[in-house]
Amino acid sequence: MKYVDEFRDPQAARGLIREIDGLVATLGATAAHPIRLMEVCGGHTHSIFRYGIEGLLPKAVEMVHGPGCPVCVLPMGRIDDAVAIAERPQVIFTTFGDALRVPGSKKRLMQAKADGADIRIVYSPMDALALARTHRERDVVFFGLGFETTMPSTALTVLQAEREGITNFSVFCNHITIVPTIKAILDSPDLHIDGFLGPGHVSMVIGTKPYEFVARHYRRPLVVAGFEPLDILQSVWMVLRQLIEGRAEIENQYARIVPKAGNDAALRAVARVYELREFFEWRGLGSIDHSGIRFRAGYARFDAEMRFAVPSIRIADPKSCQCGEVLKGVLKPWQCKVFGTSCTPETPVGALMVSSEGACAAYYRYAGARRAKDAA
Amino acid sequence: MNDITPSTRRRRGVLSVNTVTLAHGGGGKAMKDLIDDVFVSAFDNPLLAPLDDQARIALGEFLGHGDRLAFTTDSYVVDPLFFPGGDIGRLAVCGTVNDLAVGGATPLYLSCAAIIEEGCPVELLRRVARSMADAAREAGVKIVTGDTKVVHRNACDKLFLTTSGVGTIRRGTELDARLVRAGDAVLVNGMLGDHGAAILAARGDLALDGDIASDCAPLNGLTRALLETCPATRFMRDATRGGVATLLNEVAQAGAVEILIDEEALPIREEVRGMCEILGLDPLYLANEGKFVAIVPQEDAESALATMRAHPLGRQARMIGRVSRQCESRVLMRTLFGGTRIVDMLVGDQLPRIC
Repeated sequence: MKYVDEFRDPQAARGLIREIDGLVATLGATAAHPIRLMEVCGGHTHSIFRYGIEGLLPKAVEMVHGPGCPVCVLPMGRIDDAVAIAERPQVIFTTFGDALRVPGSKKRLMQAKADGADIRIVYSPMDALALARTHRERDVVFFGLGFETTMPSTALTVLQAEREGITNFSVFCNHITIVPTIKAILDSPDLHIDGFLGPGHVSMVIGTKPYEFVARHYRRPLVVAGFEPLDILQSVWMVLRQLIEGRAEIENQYARIVPKAGNDAALRAVARVYELREFFEWRGLGSIDHSGIRFRAGYARFDAEMRFAVPSIRIADPKSCQCGEVLKGVLKPWQCKVFGTSCTPETPVGALMVSSEGACAAYYRYAGARRAKDAA
Repeated sequence: MNDITPSTRRRRGVLSVNTVTLAHGGGGKAMKDLIDDVFVSAFDNPLLAPLDDQARIALGEFLGHGDRLAFTTDSYVVDPLFFPGGDIGRLAVCGTVNDLAVGGATPLYLSCAAIIEEGCPVELLRRVARSMADAAREAGVKIVTGDTKVVHRNACDKLFLTTSGVGTIRRGTELDARLVRAGDAVLVNGMLGDHGAAILAARGDLALDGDIASDCAPLNGLTRALLETCPATRFMRDATRGGVATLLNEVAQAGAVEILIDEEALPIREEVRGMCEILGLDPLYLANEGKFVAIVPQEDAESALATMRAHPLGRQARMIGRVSRQCESRVLMRTLFGGTRIVDMLVGDQLPRIC
């Protein structure tokens, strides 16, 4: 497959691994005192497991799997709200597929669907808008999820609905922004991270400038990384080079996709439709200031939260679940008390077990529950 | 028995309407006409023709082919009913034929039960029945008994089919996952994931264009040829729902073995790979309807592959891995990239990732 296979070349990988081995030795890192790098994005976590990259890296490099899976960080209260909207008889509730399994406090969307709610999987918010056109008598709601990667597509869909004068379409907005979250992680006292692999597709929209505080204030290198295995290895190599040379800079490994200034048209659409919320609740991480977005007053008619009274009750994470520690990289997934016992992909307790981009589900699926525990 | 002569054959009913109504499920003349017009005329065989409550088959028919009876059943609810490479009728025949074939059986007779939603066009049913008849001819089986129900609108989705099948297993043929041993070769008869990808594309909600056709085909000719060249074959199974990944996990569990597959050896079409890349799906979990996995002793691998490749449905047969160890139930994959990872059972359905 063109433009894909080139980035999965095992020969090139072996060359990079040899160089990484050399850099790690120069840094004097050991398995007992490893260099700790966080990949912020769930897409990276998925690739790392899918291609077995952890096993290829030297033991003196430890990958810490960050909070960048938007499905995983969705708190239970928001799922309860989604279920409440979906269960209204006039509503067609549309969502990306992997949100169906995220547990709420009473049920997940998949259960609500089985109980009779009209919930449909779509692949784009434009599919939801098309449903609104053909079902004028129903209220079509789109479950808006994701970081800056998916934000422009919902914003542009809302603008399209506005142009067409479609009144039976709205978005239940749960979009979140990555930068305040990286800051919250860096401010967390129980965490030590030597450098970051920055999210590739978020950066395609926002560019590389918003990360500059990571280098300037926190003196940590950050390399915006692509999602193919060679992208990830090269990005690790670039972070290690910075550490050796005593640099802390924002570098762009994914330049074939990510322009430095981001995507202006996408950012303008987002800014026109949305504004920052004062705070947003993240599963496992708690409330983070300015980490969520909501509709501007001029677009309130597209806001499902305004249109339908939602319960909006804050539900604490289950006590046994240590998603927060795993998200911050303080615990490895298998070190969580319930990993692989009461929390499995069939019956996830914590959200990290839900999506294939969640660190726990990735460990469980690709490394195997038993092997992960043995390794510990 | 022989005193029933062809001269007593009744005249077949013909439908004069274009759509099925609840009257066609009422047990009266309308139903008889529907069965005659759609099913009896397509399946046309003397065992079915009397339309009794059961097909009566001489035991000698079975004894001639083997020493054990294989018996299976499956329901078909595919949406859409027609897709590139097949339709629900072809699927219903091939699926049941294949379930018998991979057990080492020679499929002989099938039943067909149809649950029809009122409002279903009669011409659609005729097309499906003709397709079933064609597939049955291809597989060398006869559809000898059946049932028809018509249900209210929305009580089913257009048309559901259930087929059951019987066949016989030759003396000496013994296929079982528990016979699998370390060192055995894991073979497939061709490209993986075509059916799942074709159905996804045919549903049309992805706006993906492509030429992917379902691989839906009766495998009994190929499995028979394989068992003749390689009677020591340990195990066969068709890789339907859940794909090859699920099948191999079932073998690993049942046989208490570790299976190591090689990503590089997996035969997957470029179009299918591309579609999976875009949607975040894994082709190893996509359904097949004309592909099976055979596990054979290492020393038979070459001759088994040669036999498979000589058959039209096995031209692209490949060895995809080995049984690597005993006493460890899991499936591993050596990735293209040189790493190793677990290939686990799928939880629920494959849901596309969002970004």
